[in-house]
Amino acid sequence: MVVGGGIAGIQASLDLADLGYLVYLVENLPAIGGTMAQLDKTFPTLDCAM
Amino acid sequence: MSPKLVESGRHPNIKIISNAEVKSIDGEAGHFRATVLKRPKYVDEDLCNACGSCVEYCPVDMPDYYNENLANLKSLYIPYPQAVPASFVIDPNTCLFVIKNECRQCEQACKELNAINLNQPEELIELEVGSVILTPGFDEFDAKRKKNYGYGEYGNVVTSIEFERILSASGPFKGEITRPTDGAHPKSIAFFQCVGSRDKATNSYCSSVCCTYAIKEAIIAKEHEPELDITIFYMDIRTMGKGFESFYLRAKNDYGIRFVKTRIPEIERSLETENLVLNYVTEDGSHVTEEVDMVVLSVGMEPSKTSNALSKIMGIQLNPSGFCSTHEFSPTSTSREGIFVAGAFQAPKDIPESVMQATGSVSLVSGLLSDSRGTLVETKELEPEKDISEEKPKIGVFVCHCGINIAGVADVTRLKEYSEKLDDVVYVEESLYACSKDSQEKIKQTIIDNGLNRVVLAACTPRTLEPLFQDTIREAGLNRSLFEMANIRDHCTWVHAQEPEKATEKSEDLIRMGVAKARLLSPMKEELIQVNSKALVVGGGLSGMTSALSLAEQGFECWLVEKENELGGNLKTLHYTLNKNNPQKLLEEIKEKLLNHPLVTVYTSAQVDAISGYIGNFETDITAGGQNMHISHGVIIVATGAKEYQPEEYLHGKHDAVMTQKKLGERIAAGTLEPGALNDVVMIQCVGSRTEERPYCSRICCGVAMKNALKIKEVNPKANVYVLYKDIRTYGFTEEYYTQARKEGVIFIRYDDDNLPVVSENIGEENSELQVKVFDPLLGEHILIKPTLLALSAAIIPGENEVISRLMKVPLNSEGFFQEAHVKLRPVDFSTDGIYVCGLAHSPKTIEESISQAHAAAARAAIPLSRGYVRAEPIVSSVDEEKCFGCGICEYLCPYGSIKVVETASGERAQTITASCKGCGICSAKCPRQAISMGRFSDEQILTQIVAFAKG
Ligand SMILES: Cc1cc2nc3c(=O)[nH]c(=O)nc-3n(C[C@H](O)[C@H](O)[C@H](O)COP(=O)(O)OP(=O)(O)OC[C@H]3O[C@@H](n4cnc5c(N)ncnc54)[C@H](O)[C@@H]3O)c2cc1C
Ligand code: SF4
Ligand code: SF4
Repeated sequence: MVVGGGIAGIQASLDLADLGYLVYLVENLPAIGGTMAQLDKTFPTLDCAM
Repeated sequence: MSPKLVESGRHPNIKIISNAEVKSIDGEAGHFRATVLKRPKYVDEDLCNACGSCVEYCPVDMPDYYNENLANLKSLYIPYPQAVPASFVIDPNTCLFVIKNECRQCEQACKELNAINLNQPEELIELEVGSVILTPGFDEFDAKRKKNYGYGEYGNVVTSIEFERILSASGPFKGEITRPTDGAHPKSIAFFQCVGSRDKATNSYCSSVCCTYAIKEAIIAKEHEPELDITIFYMDIRTMGKGFESFYLRAKNDYGIRFVKTRIPEIERSLETENLVLNYVTEDGSHVTEEVDMVVLSVGMEPSKTSNALSKIMGIQLNPSGFCSTHEFSPTSTSREGIFVAGAFQAPKDIPESVMQATGSVSLVSGLLSDSRGTLVETKELEPEKDISEEKPKIGVFVCHCGINIAGVADVTRLKEYSEKLDDVVYVEESLYACSKDSQEKIKQTIIDNGLNRVVLAACTPRTLEPLFQDTIREAGLNRSLFEMANIRDHCTWVHAQEPEKATEKSEDLIRMGVAKARLLSPMKEELIQVNSKALVVGGGLSGMTSALSLAEQGFECWLVEKENELGGNLKTLHYTLNKNNPQKLLEEIKEKLLNHPLVTVYTSAQVDAISGYIGNFETDITAGGQNMHISHGVIIVATGAKEYQPEEYLHGKHDAVMTQKKLGERIAAGTLEPGALNDVVMIQCVGSRTEERPYCSRICCGVAMKNALKIKEVNPKANVYVLYKDIRTYGFTEEYYTQARKEGVIFIRYDDDNLPVVSENIGEENSELQVKVFDPLLGEHILIKPTLLALSAAIIPGENEVISRLMKVPLNSEGFFQEAHVKLRPVDFSTDGIYVCGLAHSPKTIEESISQAHAAAARAAIPLSRGYVRAEPIVSSVDEEKCFGCGICEYLCPYGSIKVVETASGERAQTITASCKGCGICSAKCPRQAISMGRFSDEQILTQIVAFAKG
């Protein structure tokens, strides 16, 4: 079980899932994404956060 | 991030339970029982297809929290366009039905799907889980608590996260930089750093990310409006991450962003103009008054509001600042066994660090639960691929708006009409965000319903989204190769944003070319390549040992190759840490475990001589203790570390009292230097770092200086310790030690590049006296110190990485450290599959960070090992043996070592190594016989595109 679906929770879930574990990803809000989903671009490469 | 969101949403092994919270957990590591409460969304996630027809029926407006309340939403809303799960939700606090049993308009609007269920109950879900990872993140500091800044009252004082939304094209002002009070474009903006961080009244720690994000926001703002005047008011600029220092320098030198070192006590507002008046004192004591149009508060990170309750439910301890309590040497373990932590909940950190730590925590889970790996998962059963060999092309074109990225410039309706007229196109559709989960479902259904047999997507870049769409068409029964993308965003609407007509025309060209190629697409087979389940770790320092042990604990055999005759690397020379933990004990423990682990073979005095092969099947020659050996393995972890720079400046090596911080630590520990005997000590920071030759920050030396300064003060409180610095970069909780050092009387004097300290020696009869002259900006004059000891905070410089880089064909960055595949999203992978990096070889970092990253590399490496095979994309090169005459140009040029000349029955011929070929096409372009053809990019297909272009 991963609690919190920001970038950290999403990454942990994907890696666990790729390793062959069944993952429950529990998120408090209606959608996963956390803060990163709110960012415009990210440093230092100025890639689009989305 | 969109691809990761979508992948999480569709991964067969991930069940997302959103709008939910954990209520209780009992049991123990390996066997927990958790109860999760899922609050009603009043919309059935499985039925809702996010069409949005219901929204206009909802009469209630409420603040849009995703846009930091700068815009409004209906009570019935989708959190953000790319949201996963991609379904609408009803806000229980404002919905008229939920609060007073009225309205029900939306139910009417969704009669067909019947997805709205205003009587949806809450659900209690019982889960049996072996382990838990806590990633509840952070909340921004509530700026209202800094009363002097008038946030909430002065309309043009915004927080940094609000400013992110203001900058965003999908934000409340569609990416126009706008003052909230009057909608005007501001001419001047001031950023205030350390708001709610490094502040006795609120949070004493440093939030680590706000300096770099403020620089980022300032640069983006400048790109939107080059005339803007931007000033960043700061205490220290902390750009200590990989590549961040040059980002800072760019902001200063290329974008003309002004940096002023001061902390502004308060903001006044001009009632007339709503401008903001700033009064401050500069470093040299002058008083300045300045008026700006807007202020951005760089708010710090606080533990998520839910973390207190969560910690009680989980039975884990928090640290005094409210973040999850962890030990320096096991940064992802909480106080309860089987429960791990990652991301900003562990300590303030940025995205690359969060991603690294998250992957790191996975290897601990995987070590704990290695017996049950693969037992609970379902494999996605796909329908067999449809046979299209007898069909004539029936092409579907999907044109994406990408929010306003495309539609804000190009005329999308015209593109749609244009596409409809192209030969063999039987279906065209527009979509707001083709990458969102609901659009994917729609596209899938459209393919099935219309019997499409090739798909062209006119959208953004294939780099991130092609795999996703290929999965989508595969789910609709089409082979993954029957897909083509036209990048009308990057190549048209972004680069020709000022010329909408031309951008539209060029988009038409790209679509026409895409369709022309699509006609020629044919199904291609993906190869499965077996993976040897052993690993090679190169480098036996802390990172290498940690990752080798982690792989072994996950059940994989591994070889560890260390150049020296003993394990330990830099760790051998460390005797105490800032947090007063003992690195020698750590070294002994891990060595002991490693040397006794049946799955690990350690070779010391060993080196790698040659490596060939590819993910899953590497062949390596090593020399160990004078003997040559050959090993076969499936993955490689590079953990070759780095070393301390040996300064040539400041009389280092010429005067006995001048030494590096590392030497100082060693000598104090060995008792060969007695702090009691020191009167005046000078430490100079950034020696060899942040210079023209080596522009990066070495990240750890500020902390190391605190460590040694405090050690000296502890033994000898009377010693005068001076630290000469450019910025003090004690990020995160290390800030505490900076505060403590100041409290204990350590004197900090700032210098800059124009005023470097000058060290000289005054040679006397018996001994020679050291002299340090430095300009003190507070006093406005030079001061002279005659120290008994001069400690230099020397840079961390890369080791002999070129050799490994050449052997493995993995890249280095301009600073000589290894370059990962993606700074943010793939921080431990190389772009060559099957090779991973961690520790100092990647960039300067602390023990704690090296451990996290080493675990992360082990988790990533374990993915192919545990799966047992890799899938090769059919974009690889293939050689026509009839045409090839074995000249070997391709082998010489291939950057991935993926094509080789071998002896065949008809003589020497080139052969592709399918598993590692990236499909770059260099070989194909250079082959003098045109014998090499690229999957999905054959000469015929490319020529057809060129002809189609010319016909426009
Ligand atoms: C203004 C600003 C700009 C930034 N810019 C950058 C940048 O450009 N580059 C960069 O690298 N970093 C940047 N950062 C930092 C970056 O946002 C963080 O490093 C990152 O988002 C941390 O990820 P996380 O997953 O740990 O936490 P979060 O993103 O906070 O995610 C946590 C998730 O957990 C959920 N949650 C919380 N409590 C619970 C609970 N009890 N149960 C279930 N779910 C729960 C939350 O709803 C949330 O979805 C920026 C930060 C700010 C504030
Ligand atoms: S010094 Fe630390 S707290 Fe202050 S703004 Fe920079 S990163 Fe944030
Ligand atoms: S001393 Fe080291 S950590 Fe501190 S700013 Fe200089 S290079 Fe960075």
